[in-house]
Amino acid sequence: MAYDKTLGELLREQGITRRGFLKFCATTASMMALSPSMVPKIAAALENAKRPSVIWLSFQECTGCTESLTRSHSPTIEKLIFDVISLDHHHTLMAASGYGVDEALHDAMKENYGKYLLLVDGSIPVGNPAYSTISGVSNLDQLTEAAKGAAAIVSIGTCAAFGGIPHANPNPTGAVAVSDIIKDKPIINVSGCPPIPVVITGVLAQFLTFGKLPEMDELGRPKAFFGQNIHDRCYRRPFYERGQFAETFDDEGAKKGWCLFKLGCKGPVTYNACATMKWNEGTSWPVESGHGCLGCSEPNFWDMGGFYNSLSTPTIDIAKTAAAGLAAGAAVGVAAGALNRRKKNKAAREHETVTINDLEKGAKS
Amino acid sequence: MTSVEFLQWVRGPGLAIASIIFVFGMTLKVLEIFMLGRKKNLAELRSSGVKEGFRTIITRFGAVDRFTTRRTMFTHITGWVFHVGLFVAIFLLTPHIELFKSFLGFGWPALPTAIVDFVTVITLITLLIILFHRITNPVLRYLSVGEDYVVWVLTFLPMLTGYMAYHHLFFPYTWLLGIHILSVCILMALFPFTKLTHAVTLFFSRWYNGYMGGQKGVKQ
Repeated sequence: MAYDKTLGELLREQGITRRGFLKFCATTASMMALSPSMVPKIAAALENAKRPSVIWLSFQECTGCTESLTRSHSPTIEKLIFDVISLDHHHTLMAASGYGVDEALHDAMKENYGKYLLLVDGSIPVGNPAYSTISGVSNLDQLTEAAKGAAAIVSIGTCAAFGGIPHANPNPTGAVAVSDIIKDKPIINVSGCPPIPVVITGVLAQFLTFGKLPEMDELGRPKAFFGQNIHDRCYRRPFYERGQFAETFDDEGAKKGWCLFKLGCKGPVTYNACATMKWNEGTSWPVESGHGCLGCSEPNFWDMGGFYNSLSTPTIDIAKTAAAGLAAGAAVGVAAGALNRRKKNKAAREHETVTINDLEKGAKS
Repeated sequence: MTSVEFLQWVRGPGLAIASIIFVFGMTLKVLEIFMLGRKKNLAELRSSGVKEGFRTIITRFGAVDRFTTRRTMFTHITGWVFHVGLFVAIFLLTPHIELFKSFLGFGWPALPTAIVDFVTVITLITLLIILFHRITNPVLRYLSVGEDYVVWVLTFLPMLTGYMAYHHLFFPYTWLLGIHILSVCILMALFPFTKLTHAVTLFFSRWYNGYMGGQKGVKQ
């Protein structure tokens, strides 16, 4: 492994022109909402960055995050940048198998102890570690061991960031996020199911450039990509304001591209870059293709009361709970009413009639 | 607790608790009132009073007489404005109609969001004016009890938080939506045990007034 070569040298070896490289730096700067004056700084930092060792661990996941990263980019500069990062261990992308894989992992960990970036996709089962093991080693043990020597951890995808689908109710494996286990390392959550590829590369580029983690939101996500609300950036927003909604997926409203709120769009509570960066090299994104946002970059998105129920509806059966309240209220109400009546009748019974004679007697004495 | 967990709680268990208390409390209250019964009317009835009862429900929306109207013009106008405002905000905003539809099974047309937003601002201002009037008017202030202020806060908060949520003011929308729903949950839970029950009992009591008035007098 050539850890000694700089990123600039490696890029030139791969035939990337200076112009192409600067273009990438400018794109990265604008993605991260940095001023244009930062472009040379990014270029200089990336140029001289040593090829960092990256270890990618996959736990309870569907490989969707890796698929997203690899498929969506036919050779773009982002992909090449990713290639020149020394990806020393990645189950899916490695040619090796068996003991060689474990060896590569341990070698990389040993050689770059304290310096490597640990990328994790998938959640970790803590209910019973046997639900997910690699070479007989539980996910929990592997993560704890690999985290020890990591400079920082990047949780790729909602499963690693927040538990994701394995964490969905009733969470049979006791799945948790990386941040639930590792407390002493800087962790950055690149959530999404899957995350947008340029967001992954953007975060890595930022880490390489500044040598530190970017500014993050309350959920540990880089604000540059997760600081914007889908609903606020949605091109269908004017229809929401006007009260024009698609009622079904094939009605007139749907054909006219009206707002998908009533069809369960979770855009208002979702923070991601889909509406601005889009997918498949900026071709489209879910809302543009006519389907509401699932809110996949948010924790517990699987348990937000159904993908096709609108955000303002309750996640519980309100008619059922109201019926329980009605039954209890009726029972207690009738009992209270009966008690009140008894009290009233008793008072009437015990009421002593005062005659005029009694009053006269009282007045005399 | 993250914003998402908070939102999940208020949309699920929180709302369930609030709606159980609301329905339980209102059923209890209404049943208790009805079961108190009324004394038998021994006099000859002028009419059954049923028709007059319904008429009074409508007529009491207006003022009693010109003199009273003039004297209480402020209360009339502000009262009408904020009650209509509440009606518009609660029943004519799309997300709210979706909520009603989810358990009633049917919906109705909504107003454009911008109009509801405008009405909400007017309602908020009117509610503030009403509070100011209550505090500054010596008679009203003397008559006011703690509950009057609690009820004002309970009504004002859902409107304010709803407005803030719509405009994404100060906090992320997820928090604001959660806080808005929580404020409604608190309103629902306290509704049956405060003066707010007038929203339901008003119709019964008006009907009774008309009903009893209709029975009195001599048949022509």
